[in-house]
Amino acid sequence: MRFNNAIPGAVLIVFALAEIAYATTFPRLFGQNYGPDLFPILIGVGLLICGVILIFQGLGQRAAGPLVEVGDWAQNRRNVVNIAILIGCVVLYILASDALGFIPLSLFILTTLLVRFGSGWRTSLILATATTFIIHTLFAKILLVPLPWGILLPVAW
Amino acid sequence: MDTLLKSFALISDPQTLGVMLLAAMFGLFVGAIPGLTATMATALLIPFTFFMDPVPAIAAIVATVATAIFAGDIPGALLRIPGTPASAAYCDETYAMTKKGLAQRALGIALVTSVIGGLTGSILLSLSAPRLAEFAIQFSSFEYFWLASLGLSCAVIISTGSTLKGFVSLLIGLFIATVGIDGTAGYPRFTFGSVELMGGVSFIPAMIGMFAISEVLRYVASNRTVIDIPQQIEGSVFKGLGAILKKYKFNVLRGSSIGAVVGVLPGAGADIAAWISYAIAKKRSKEPEKFGTGHPEGLVDAGAANNASLAGAWVPAIVFGIPGDSITAIVIGVLYMKGMNPGPMVFVMNPELIYAVFMAFFLANLALLPLGFAAIKLSRHVLRVPRRVLMPIILVFSMVGAFAINNTVFGITIMLALGIIAYLMEENGFPVAPAILGIVLGNMIEDNFMASMIKADGDLLGFFSRPIAATLGIMTLALWLAPLVTMLLRRRARRR
Repeated sequence: MRFNNAIPGAVLIVFALAEIAYATTFPRLFGQNYGPDLFPILIGVGLLICGVILIFQGLGQRAAGPLVEVGDWAQNRRNVVNIAILIGCVVLYILASDALGFIPLSLFILTTLLVRFGSGWRTSLILATATTFIIHTLFAKILLVPLPWGILLPVAW
Repeated sequence: MDTLLKSFALISDPQTLGVMLLAAMFGLFVGAIPGLTATMATALLIPFTFFMDPVPAIAAIVATVATAIFAGDIPGALLRIPGTPASAAYCDETYAMTKKGLAQRALGIALVTSVIGGLTGSILLSLSAPRLAEFAIQFSSFEYFWLASLGLSCAVIISTGSTLKGFVSLLIGLFIATVGIDGTAGYPRFTFGSVELMGGVSFIPAMIGMFAISEVLRYVASNRTVIDIPQQIEGSVFKGLGAILKKYKFNVLRGSSIGAVVGVLPGAGADIAAWISYAIAKKRSKEPEKFGTGHPEGLVDAGAANNASLAGAWVPAIVFGIPGDSITAIVIGVLYMKGMNPGPMVFVMNPELIYAVFMAFFLANLALLPLGFAAIKLSRHVLRVPRRVLMPIILVFSMVGAFAINNTVFGITIMLALGIIAYLMEENGFPVAPAILGIVLGNMIEDNFMASMIKADGDLLGFFSRPIAATLGIMTLALWLAPLVTMLLRRRARRR
């Protein structure tokens, strides 16, 4: 997704103003004129300046192209859906991994994505199962990372 | 001598050697798959290094990167798709050689020059780093502030694309580094009451997001073309190589030294080293018209340069804690995690660890010769592994890796957020490397800035009160003002 420079410029200005406003609420060091707010404010000022220049550049290049150029991926509905599914899978894992556990979710995510990206059902299932168990053994058994068991807790090995 | 023996014992430990061998094979595989970069290989490796001792952890990264940069040449030569950005400079050249039926020779040259370049870089690293460290031990917060500023400014100027966008990227990185408890007053900044953000944005999930997740997103968002599987390549890898290397021995030397020096510059990595030395080779060549038609000369230069730059990038990384490229940025994060804080003191406190790292460089580059040979022979099978299968696996792997550092899903949230940001940035021409350097150096530059401000009692002239600090400060200011001055001069010249 490509934007005209004016759009990231405007986003940066809004962000910088909010950041500076928030940073001014930080307490000063005792007896000094500066404190934890100084560095964030300097960063904010820098972003502000860059944002303004980007807007000017963007206005200059406006004739050359549209404000938002979605690129080849958006013309293909399949790609848009794939991106949504991919991000959705990560969000699902963040929200549900504690309750459902690593193994069921990993199986689900891998199978979904493999099938979506064009592998056959059978291959996908075999690959997803193998990968899930390799990763689980590697991290949970060898590196002792407490991957959540979730619904499989009663049969945990 | 005692130190060297200790380091040798550390590096020759069978477990360390085993880890290096596995890491080298991992690097060859990742490097040979187009779309998976050496930086991504490093990012995927860190969750494992988290559970290792310092020396095997660092040795694993060294081995992965050295082999991945060479392996990037394989799909470049066979399919005209560089496996890593570092091979892009001479990808057309090697592909032209393949079309002439010289694929084995192209890869043979790439392999041998990679090994020579890598060894040259290692020599430069092990000779210069201890000297520099002796010098750097006298540095105070003023010098460190200027040094970090100089490094970051270099990174912005060298970064590909517009300097302005590089600067924005750097500021974003610096901002991300300010999240969490601040170093001077202990006040939680930008945490919005979140306990998990108090310690700051976790470095490893951030790196995995910016290098692995952004790459997965780019794959999904692109209209993929199916890669043709190359035919079995005929001929012998090393045949006729001696004559070519003898003819271009000066090029090997030039490529290696340019690569190592470019590597030292913060923000310039293997890809830029390869582009620069390829361009210089063409400019200085007696037969520049042959470049691009399958002529080995530029390949000799650039093939050596990209591997030489890898070791060069470690010089500022270990001596000052200022990364020379995005890979060493990750390495610095790993070093901090291991309590081996980079800087001149590590040469005094743990010299055996540093020398073990140097030995790892020599070992990894020597091992590249047989392993790279095997990779060339197996390339057809490696390239057959489809990316549509790899990408979902990389995703789940990344999620587990981001989780494993603090054992919270919050790491996965950071990974996803920064992955999306990095993807959008790259799509819009904002280079990601300055942001990484900003995240890594943010705390160091702020702490030194605040310490200097307090020491100088808010007087900015204090930043120039010591001779080395003043020199570094003037260099930094000159670097900042140079574009302005040239712009003004150009405008005046136009008016005349």
